[in-house]
Amino acid sequence: MTEILIKNGFVFDPINGINGEKMDIAINNGKIVESVNSQKAKKIDASGLIVMPGGVDVHTHVAGHEVNTGRMIRPEDHVKDAVRKTVLTRSGVGYSVPSTFVTGYRYSKMGYTTVMNPSMAPLGAKHTHEELNDIPLLDKATFPLIGDWWFVLEYLQKGDLEGCARHVAWMMETTKGYAIKIVNPGGLESWGFGRNVHSIDDVVPNFDITPREIVCGLAKVNKMLNLPHTIHLHTNNLGIPGNYVTTLETMKALESIATEGKPVAHITHVQFSSFGGESWGNLKSAAEEISKYINNHGHITLDMGQIIFSDTTTMTADGPFEFTLYQLSGHKWVNSDVETETSGGIIPMHYKRTSAVNATQWSIGLELALLVKDPWKIFMTTDHPNAGPFFDYPKIIAWLTSKKARMATLKRCHKKAQKKSLLTSISRELSLYELAIVTRAGQAKALGLKGKGHLGAGADADVAIYNINPEKIDIAKKYKTARKAFSSAAYTIKDGQIVVKDGEIVRNVDGRTMWLDVQTREQLKVDEEMKRKFKQYWTVEYENYPVFDHYVKVPEAITVKASV
Amino acid sequence: MILLTPLKKFQFPIHAECINPDVFQGKSKAEIATLIAWEGNRKKKLGDLFKIEETSAETPNITINGDISEVRRVGQSMKNGEIAINGNAGMHLGEKMAGGKITVNGNASGWTGSSMKKGLIEIHGDAGDYLASPYRGSTDGMRGGTIIVDGNVGSDSGCYLRGGAIMVKGNAGQFLGFHMSKGVIYVEKDAGRRLGASMIGGKIVVLGFVDDLMPTFTIDGVKAKAKVDDTLKAVGPFYVFLGDLAEHGNGKLFVSMAKNPQLKNYEAFI
Repeated sequence: MTEILIKNGFVFDPINGINGEKMDIAINNGKIVESVNSQKAKKIDASGLIVMPGGVDVHTHVAGHEVNTGRMIRPEDHVKDAVRKTVLTRSGVGYSVPSTFVTGYRYSKMGYTTVMNPSMAPLGAKHTHEELNDIPLLDKATFPLIGDWWFVLEYLQKGDLEGCARHVAWMMETTKGYAIKIVNPGGLESWGFGRNVHSIDDVVPNFDITPREIVCGLAKVNKMLNLPHTIHLHTNNLGIPGNYVTTLETMKALESIATEGKPVAHITHVQFSSFGGESWGNLKSAAEEISKYINNHGHITLDMGQIIFSDTTTMTADGPFEFTLYQLSGHKWVNSDVETETSGGIIPMHYKRTSAVNATQWSIGLELALLVKDPWKIFMTTDHPNAGPFFDYPKIIAWLTSKKARMATLKRCHKKAQKKSLLTSISRELSLYELAIVTRAGQAKALGLKGKGHLGAGADADVAIYNINPEKIDIAKKYKTARKAFSSAAYTIKDGQIVVKDGEIVRNVDGRTMWLDVQTREQLKVDEEMKRKFKQYWTVEYENYPVFDHYVKVPEAITVKASV
Repeated sequence: MILLTPLKKFQFPIHAECINPDVFQGKSKAEIATLIAWEGNRKKKLGDLFKIEETSAETPNITINGDISEVRRVGQSMKNGEIAINGNAGMHLGEKMAGGKITVNGNASGWTGSSMKKGLIEIHGDAGDYLASPYRGSTDGMRGGTIIVDGNVGSDSGCYLRGGAIMVKGNAGQFLGFHMSKGVIYVEKDAGRRLGASMIGGKIVVLGFVDDLMPTFTIDGVKAKAKVDDTLKAVGPFYVFLGDLAEHGNGKLFVSMAKNPQLKNYEAFI
């Protein structure tokens, strides 16, 4: 493999505390190294450019059966964004639910190198991995939905946390997953019976446990297993006015589990969980309450779920929430109850500036990102494609780094939303250093990815170079220049290979799929009782259920030593 | 005026959205001949596909003589001017049209006037399926303008209609006015099954026989006349139905009493 030397760039590497210093980055054999033979190495002249670690996305729905169903119900979404093949790249369609190859190309053009697919029904694991295999240029991992998985509910009901931990470890291997995903805990199981839970102390039908017990139980299990990421939590009552109370209660319930101020939970697309008011008519932002709590506590990390004003497709395992959206919009709707595991729903959604609700939601996302003082606690996402397609990230970058950009958009929003928005009173503008945290370093740290999100020696050689000269351009003023630069990277380097140059794909490489090999002291015994349940309740036989090794094209097993 | 004549019988679909008075405006014959069109997957020049002549007549701006049923997207998004087609027209004729006029002296194919906003399309033959209906999956139906068809129309016409008028002098296929919310559809002869399915507003007037009225429509009364637009009042008497109740709809179906004796049992519920 060739050696590469990136010369004279302004390097932003927050994990190693490097803030815009002019320095060289050396790459050898797919890793960042201290130095290379400067005679032999291929040199990239990065003078006047910024150099960052490759982008990391903590939450983006790019693969799996809900994404594929989303593709099927949205022909009108694809027709407006057809992508032709080139010598190197394959054809496809884009916009809110792009085909797998287009997903890879577009992420890579923005300088992203790692994405997390956060929602996988265990039953759809094989399908999800087949799609992940087809997403080029990116490292990927996927989180199985375990929060409403019958076995877990049974273990928690019995109070057998150790048994639960062994089961979760087995699940990670069986589904080739990376973290515990919990969506509307208890609510999805209730949805199978046409019901939902409305607070964290409602009882889940037939299981006699509460969402509080599920979240806390799995957070403890996560700790016992020493998993690299925390539990990845989509809160109860998501998307319902006044739900910030539930979000605060959930965070408070997790306080006692935290030790040494380390995060124990990641609350995802928090914008949808920070609604104040009592109804859609008087929806208001609860960003102040949420950010105040986060600023005073260290056990939670967040990601934004920022609204982009565009025609997109919402898809989540939260079936009851999608039903609420269907009742509001009357749009075409897909609902599913995934046997004993989870549920799901899909509905197209057009977020409009001229809608008071949508414009307020837009404001809430940015308020949260700006009011949470520590950038290591909140990351940039759109919960692609729920709040907007990922290729609009440069727009969010502009809003975060420039008050001028925010005001320009706010000015065009619904009057009622303008009046309620806190954005006029917030003058904070993220620096490039902070931006590197919210788009890569913070996310990599929260995910426990040791080789990602930084440019220290030994890290994976995933590098993004953007055409901005921080000495000459103030991105707070020239936000359009910044938007352009971040939407097409000058270079993207993946595993030591230049894959993007000047916003064009120049080489195709396969990314790896990371999964956890959790080693517990005692392995889960797959007994006759478990097999009997599979036979009785699942449509797939136990023998056909696991994702076998050959399913994953380029696997990267991460070994974790559990303490049980 | 520009006169276009196909140079051969087209074997592959031609995509020629460049055949549009707005595009031709101010261009010489030679410039028009260099406009891009696609024949199958090959990029071609318009001059390779059509004989292009210029005449002194003012209107229509473009006349096409000959069968162009394989030529798609003629007059797409046109805003002004007039196109006359002496022969059969291809799919997506006048799609997203925002003004002007298209006349077809022959039959039109599917998706004619799809998502149109303004203007007039006259078809002096039959129209295909999906007349005025939006692209599959889209809810962005016709918003305004008028489509007049002298012959029959196929199925799924006027889907997601949001305004404007569709006048059919022949029969209509099934699913006429599916999910329409505003606007008028007028059929002088018979209408197929699932008439007005999922409609939430607007008006459909049928002078002929209605095959299998949906059970999700409720009778509202009997009226002697039905107003179609400012110039036309259809003479009945008509049964008036409200629906589609499955969508909490408030659309109106005017169905001829004389031609539909099978609906007589509804009279008990008036």
